[in-house]
Amino acid sequence: MLYIVFIIASLVTLGAAFVVVTGKNLFHNALFMILSFMGVATLYVLLEAEFLAVMQVLIYVGAIAILIIFAIMLSRYLMAPGQIQRNAQWWIAAIVAGAFFLVLAFMLLRISWPTEVSELPGDVIALLGQSFMGTYVLPFEVASVILLVALVGSIIIARER
Amino acid sequence: MISIPLSWYLVVAAGLFCIGLYGVLSRRNAINVLMSIELMLNAVNINLVAFWRYGMLAGLSGMVFAIFVITLAAAEAAIGLALIIAIYRSRDTVIVEEVDMLKW
Repeated sequence: MLYIVFIIASLVTLGAAFVVVTGKNLFHNALFMILSFMGVATLYVLLEAEFLAVMQVLIYVGAIAILIIFAIMLSRYLMAPGQIQRNAQWWIAAIVAGAFFLVLAFMLLRISWPTEVSELPGDVIALLGQSFMGTYVLPFEVASVILLVALVGSIIIARER
Repeated sequence: MISIPLSWYLVVAAGLFCIGLYGVLSRRNAINVLMSIELMLNAVNINLVAFWRYGMLAGLSGMVFAIFVITLAAAEAAIGLALIIAIYRSRDTVIVEEVDMLKW
């Protein structure tokens, strides 16, 4: 049963991602990107990281995808569906990406990973909050500064002059 | 939930990463390039969470790092789209090849 869910989620993720990079209509590509993010969220649930799955839906689907759709709508009529969407080197890129995948898959399937699955503590979210305020407090603060800088920077960059 | 072998997750993540790589290298529209970068970041996140769940280290470091990656992806998307909109305003294009002011 879990295997079936895993295979379906993986196929949806990879298939939607493939449509994102090959599709002709930019708007449809953005919608398929949302589907791919949902598939990744399903994989997180299978990995027992439910909090991360919720974050994935909230941040990627709720914020990033909507932002991208806004940008598409602001610049849309330049890229009509009939236009060529890939550059002249696309076949080199396809060969490189395919070869890289083959190498990676060959390597990953050959190595026997020393896995050891331990029981998760019951209150993962509480521990996560504690580690953000304890061990990882410095990266946490740096991340918040980065978010602030990105916010101010994107307003300044995109401002009408 | 944990009967699925670790390498399956890693292969799926590798596939997602390579699809994103192809998109970054081959698309002409800057927004589509940005979408491919998001796919690649997602692949990295799958790897982080899978290694966290199957790894021998105690603690939640894998999840913490995945959350940092998501945060940086949000910042990157905001900056990238602001840049694309600024370029669109001044050059009237979102096609990567036509933005070559720094090339000579």
